[in-house]
Amino acid sequence: MKQGNTQIGQQGRNRRQFLTDAARGVCGMGALGVGLGLMASNARSHAPEMLRPPGALPEAEFLGACLRCGLCVRDCPYDTLKLAQITDPVANGTPYFIAREVPCEMCDDIPCVAACPSGALDQALDNIDDARMGLAVLIDQETCLNFLGLRCDVCYRVCPLIDEAITLEMERNARTGHHARFLPTVHSDACTGCGKCEEACVLEQAAIKVVPIKLAKGEIGHHYRLGWEEKTANQGQSLIPEQIKLPVRRPEDRS
Amino acid sequence: MTLQVGMDAIKSKGYLGTYRFLILRRISQLVTLLLFITSPIAGYWLLKGNLSSSLILETVPLSDPFVMLQTLASGHSPITAMLLGSAIIGGFYWLIGGRSFCSWVCPVNPVTDLAGWASRRLGIRRRFPLSRHLRYWILTLALLLPAITGVLAWELVNPVSLLHRGLIFGMGMGWLVILGIFLFDLFVVPRGWCGHICPMGACYSLIGKTSPLRIIASNRDACYDCMDCYAVCPEPQVIKPALKGNKSDAQVEQGPVILSPNCTNCGRCIDICSVNVFEFGSRFANRMEKHP
Repeated sequence: MKQGNTQIGQQGRNRRQFLTDAARGVCGMGALGVGLGLMASNARSHAPEMLRPPGALPEAEFLGACLRCGLCVRDCPYDTLKLAQITDPVANGTPYFIAREVPCEMCDDIPCVAACPSGALDQALDNIDDARMGLAVLIDQETCLNFLGLRCDVCYRVCPLIDEAITLEMERNARTGHHARFLPTVHSDACTGCGKCEEACVLEQAAIKVVPIKLAKGEIGHHYRLGWEEKTANQGQSLIPEQIKLPVRRPEDRS
Repeated sequence: MTLQVGMDAIKSKGYLGTYRFLILRRISQLVTLLLFITSPIAGYWLLKGNLSSSLILETVPLSDPFVMLQTLASGHSPITAMLLGSAIIGGFYWLIGGRSFCSWVCPVNPVTDLAGWASRRLGIRRRFPLSRHLRYWILTLALLLPAITGVLAWELVNPVSLLHRGLIFGMGMGWLVILGIFLFDLFVVPRGWCGHICPMGACYSLIGKTSPLRIIASNRDACYDCMDCYAVCPEPQVIKPALKGNKSDAQVEQGPVILSPNCTNCGRCIDICSVNVFEFGSRFANRMEKHP
């Protein structure tokens, strides 16, 4: 009887020990998992001035694909790319560049993409003009010298895709009444987001900035139809069928 | 005054003989790091990148299998360079003992070794019960999180890649993490990081589960129980089955090969033993001894 009690006591202790250990393990791993999971979801949003190299997959995929090896950084001939440190507002160890400091020089052979061992920088990018690292936006018209009526034109001049990605649109200067203003205008179908314009902007703070495309672009309602474009596509013909001839309703004695 | 660990060995084999593998390991760790840092040497990129992924002489790709598994878990389909690179690294460490990475290459190893040495010298005794299986659970977590979040969550904090990348590309405040690991090992759990938590080490343990290169207590009859090998070993639990076998039951007589994949092949036990019980050898030595 006494021995039986001891055995039961031993079993009870074992069970208690097991339950305690299991609870400790599960809670510990749970806390770690939640902590890391929160860090991971925070990592998805990063500072907008930190741009990804050309060919980078969309951010959500990029964070699962990038190995943080730095081979793109090594092969960047202009030291544009940097690897994020733990306190930077972008996922630890991933490559980025800041256009105002060192913009992308848009190498023809795209060495950073060629260097990437994981495909986080998409090998399908074979023409640097197709890169979309961000989108330049003339973000402050109040300080842009061209908007003030001067001829700065620097962003337009340095643009690697001059007259495609940035054009100067002439309009009447209403302030003087007899001059023109040449407004730098970015076209999203051509702009690669290289950041040469932002780097070159002569202001203390750039009036033109490269921002992530998601921030820069609007999106028109999908039910909208741009009549003037459809009309061009329709060889200038009317977009609706020939109107039905309606009877003329007026007294017969008037003409 | 207590006897210092290794006194016997120094007496019988001299200082160099007692620290041979330790010195070789430090050289190996330093050279690996310096090849990354000093390249290009005379125009040659001997090693380019970091331990997560690199290139030898701009041609042979190398990739860490643990990081590759994480990217696979996130749903990314990798390209050939990465698959080939991790096959090369995985095969190499399978051949020479998975956790040889930990003791011969990993930059965190000198940090935790220093903490282990300091706690021995300062006589810091502490027991915080932490299972040595924890690392396999953390490994599981590190592979689950990318599947759930799509982000390589462990790589946001992984001190191994953080330190190596930091030493090559710039550290910033990352050294705080390394200091944290040092203090954790020193005051909270002995051999806490490398021996209990690190999922990268756990991954290399799995890679080395059937490694042919192992440490053998081939001369175990000469053991006189000085316990020095247990004191210096980062995974002391792996020694006993090989050194002492299981004398009570001849059917399951174990050893003399250290078969546990947690052994890091660091060779400290070989050096510290004054009667040369241990040596490097093949994992098949067990069979050979039983069927002479």
